[in-house]
Amino acid sequence: MSSPSSSSAEPVKRETFSTRRLFILSAIGSAVGLGNIWRFPYIAYDNGGGAFLIPYLVALLTAGIPLLFLDYAVGHKFRGSAPLAYRRLHRAAEPLGWWQVLVCFVIAAYYAVIVAWSLMYTIFSFTEAWGDDAEGYFFGTFLKVSEAPGVGFNYVPSVFFPLLLIWTVVIIIMVAGIRKGISRANSILLPLLMVMFLLLVVQSLFLPGAAEGLNAFFTPDWAALADPSVWAAAYGHIFFSLSVGYGIMVTYSSYLKRRTDLTGSGMVVAFSNSGFEILAGIGVFAALGFMAQAAGAGVNDVVTQGIGLAFVAFPTIVSQAPLGALMGVLFFGSLVFAGVTSLISVLEVIVAAVQDKLGWGRVRTSLVVSGLVAAVSLALFPTATGLYLLDTSDAFVNSFGITLGALVTVVVLAWFLRKLPLLSAHLNRTSTIKMRGAWMVLVAGVVPLALIYLVFNEFISKISATYEGYPEWFVGLFGWGMAGGLVVLALVLTFIPWSRKSKAHHDPEYQSMIDEDEAEAAR
Amino acid sequence: MTPIAITMMIIAILTVWGGLAVALLNLKRHPEDEGALPEEHAPEL
Repeated sequence: MSSPSSSSAEPVKRETFSTRRLFILSAIGSAVGLGNIWRFPYIAYDNGGGAFLIPYLVALLTAGIPLLFLDYAVGHKFRGSAPLAYRRLHRAAEPLGWWQVLVCFVIAAYYAVIVAWSLMYTIFSFTEAWGDDAEGYFFGTFLKVSEAPGVGFNYVPSVFFPLLLIWTVVIIIMVAGIRKGISRANSILLPLLMVMFLLLVVQSLFLPGAAEGLNAFFTPDWAALADPSVWAAAYGHIFFSLSVGYGIMVTYSSYLKRRTDLTGSGMVVAFSNSGFEILAGIGVFAALGFMAQAAGAGVNDVVTQGIGLAFVAFPTIVSQAPLGALMGVLFFGSLVFAGVTSLISVLEVIVAAVQDKLGWGRVRTSLVVSGLVAAVSLALFPTATGLYLLDTSDAFVNSFGITLGALVTVVVLAWFLRKLPLLSAHLNRTSTIKMRGAWMVLVAGVVPLALIYLVFNEFISKISATYEGYPEWFVGLFGWGMAGGLVVLALVLTFIPWSRKSKAHHDPEYQSMIDEDEAEAAR
Repeated sequence: MTPIAITMMIIAILTVWGGLAVALLNLKRHPEDEGALPEEHAPEL
């Protein structure tokens, strides 16, 4: 800035990732999360084992990567947070951005809680605090889960305080901004995660029974390929795993410099994410093979995913394995690091949006926004009923926030606004891997078809029986009500006018880019 | 491990990590165009 007095007339320049490498690291940090570690291994095992590789790769290439590039193109071309980028694409598209922001609000609030549990379990690993009853310890002693779902304010200090600590660390990262906060956190945590996870995998492979676990994981069941639900599982997993369709990649790519190889960078991000998943499958199933052998059971008897895998099966393995404490620290530490790097990307979607809408500075926005999400997270989740709320909001925000939101976004962009040729041209302007007709066919055809199938299945399964047998009012309020409320609130936020200081009204930097692009096109 | 499981493991590793290696090579062949980039710290930092 040439003079300090120009701040109101000339908005501050948009921050950028200082190098392509830092963008790639941050995008990988976002994509690699808890799902890669605790979801993928089970999904692959349950859907054909080794044969799952085929639908998985097909889904990655025909839906995951094309959708990732769609996000990149929108964020990079229109250089804004999700609501601003979609608004610049077309005024009518702004609510899509706010919907994604609100989805991120819900995810951030509960995701941090799981990171907090993982932090406590990293410490518990030293003493094997769960004794010989990992399940009873987790649900009873640690979470103090109440008998029935409900809303209570019966706080559990052993969850509340670690959660407070996680939020404090995350808020510091957010306040520091893209370069000093997010880039730096990812450039430290991601390599650390890779090293720790590799050590974990190596340790698991040396456990007795590991080979049996890997047999269970990799033996192909070719008949599974004829089952549509296996293909749906592959597409569903790819959508969640790559963090596409809910604003994260739009936001991150808006911080990229103008001439950037979008698709070349994106390929590295996508294959790193998948590479990590394969590694997680090997590590998790080697460990499960050991667990099965120790219990004198088959691998199919001990296999599990999600919370059950991380907080019941793994503690059991830690208790039985040689150098178990080390293994626990590596596993739960990996969950913490993978979780934090994803959490900050989810939060950035909200921070960037509010910053754009109100024209506030980085520090103020980060403090207010992250503080608000932290307050909601701390008020609702570290309670005796928090687990029910977490489970319900996770299930509904995934189905009717992320998946349905991605479907609506793709259909609006491809079919109603017909922006794919424009976005394709933007991708090809500076990228090494060109996205032309085939990309448009995938984004306008394959992606929406897969998403329609997924949303339809979710709708049928959630409407045919009350989710998990929880009380109807509870699922109605925190499941359906929350998911519907996000759409309504997204419309409300769209109608709130953008601040006079906002970049939506005055953004010389963006304007000069449009001028440059037009000059280049005219040449 | 059974031969079929080993085979599938090798194929999985080769395709996914091979894909990553190709993606990295492609990126390396096209270094960042630093000349065209605005290089300025955000003033609020």
